[in-house]
Amino acid sequence: MQLARVIGDVIVTRKDESLVGIKLLVLQPLTARRENAGRTLVAVDAVGAGVGEEVFFVRGREAAFPFHPVEPPVDASIVGIVDHWDLET
Amino acid sequence: MQIARVIGTVVSTQKHRKFEGAKLLLVQPLNMDDTPRGSALLAVDGVGAGVRERVLVVLEGRAAGEALGKQAAPVDAAIIGIIDRVDLE
Repeated sequence: MQLARVIGDVIVTRKDESLVGIKLLVLQPLTARRENAGRTLVAVDAVGAGVGEEVFFVRGREAAFPFHPVEPPVDASIVGIVDHWDLET
Repeated sequence: MQIARVIGTVVSTQKHRKFEGAKLLLVQPLNMDDTPRGSALLAVDGVGAGVRERVLVVLEGRAAGEALGKQAAPVDAAIIGIIDRVDLE
């Protein structure tokens, strides 16, 4: 999983049927020191996240698991909202 | 699998139910000479690892889910061992 900040949402009216009712959000992946880590991406939301929040997300086949037994064709899914993280110094 | 160092802990209250009871750690993948390789990532802890320890991390969904003891869990990384030492020729 990776840390990210939610920086936007995506509205898609015409989409795969299994995506109906699922929220799509734009993520900026973050390093552990809150620097941007690579390119933004679109992820589906499995936990009720919103713009401005720090979250963690899963990539790959596992991204569809929160919607079981439906298997939406997605490759990134937000699976937690981060309260805080602590780094060793 | 990859060798990584545990560099921090992550607290998340609102998360997918399959993460309930799971410990989330920030791990920094390492090269064989202990220098950082790429960005830190989040892994669930299956073995009771702690900050600063060198650990073995699986980066694959099915294996990570098994380390968590749950099927169809939306995880893609898990700590499966604490490294005592690595011997290289």
